[in-house]
Amino acid sequence: MMVLRSIAAFACGLVFSLGLILGGMLDPARVLAFLDLAGVWNPSLLFVLGGAVCVAFAGVRLARHLKRPVLDQAFALPVARQIDAPLVVGSCLFGLGWGMAGFCPGPAVASVGAGVWQGCVFTAAMLAGMLLFERVKPAR
Amino acid sequence: MLAQYWPSLAGGVLIGLACAGYLLLNGRIAGISGIMGRVLAGRPFLPGAALLAGLVAGPGVWRVVAGVWPVVHVQAPWPVLVVAGFLVGFGTRMGSGCTSGHGVMGLARLSPRSLVAVCCFLGTGVLVASLFHLAGWR
Repeated sequence: MMVLRSIAAFACGLVFSLGLILGGMLDPARVLAFLDLAGVWNPSLLFVLGGAVCVAFAGVRLARHLKRPVLDQAFALPVARQIDAPLVVGSCLFGLGWGMAGFCPGPAVASVGAGVWQGCVFTAAMLAGMLLFERVKPAR
Repeated sequence: MLAQYWPSLAGGVLIGLACAGYLLLNGRIAGISGIMGRVLAGRPFLPGAALLAGLVAGPGVWRVVAGVWPVVHVQAPWPVLVVAGFLVGFGTRMGSGCTSGHGVMGLARLSPRSLVAVCCFLGTGVLVASLFHLAGWR
């Protein structure tokens, strides 16, 4: 089953990546043109996010009718409900970095596959940030 | 006038299909930072690592199908990339998600937590990108 699950995951990652490319989200210049309200605003990312959320919403509704996912024994979904300081502070730090370079994690990883050296530098730094968090995070 | 946004909408639909597919097939949230964090923490490698491999394979497949490499135009110099990358890595793990986990799947699940996260990273993202522009740093 793990082979099937991994093949499915690879396919999902590939489709996700092609969506990022087609939607223009792989291009940090486009992302910054969306985030930068002081310049000529490019609203295209609104269509990427809007389209993605609508289709994902249909998937979520569909999943409610399933007792278990097609390839696994049970759903593994987030259970945290609390709006706490780590959520707010972490998300603000993420936005800070996003607004500086125009990369978020998905496009950064995909840009490595495009052989873009800046994407590799960004992704390496991102991995370092994630590793540091693993070291300093409070035990849960 | 709206015609120029069809590719963006189509790209969004593909992303949504990938997220819905991962949920329905594997029963998991397709959140890129969360998957990376689990791999880094030494927790079960698969199937998350396979999703990341698909993500990396995308530009090559695009090159074969479309005949050109996707446009990735980076304006930021490398020291900015290092600082920004570090902030994105640390921040997404601390905040339990990024544009995919909170932005797509969280909003699709109508999670109040994710809505707060999206407001935070979109708000600071807009603020920083606009300030960098006004300051003439970009």
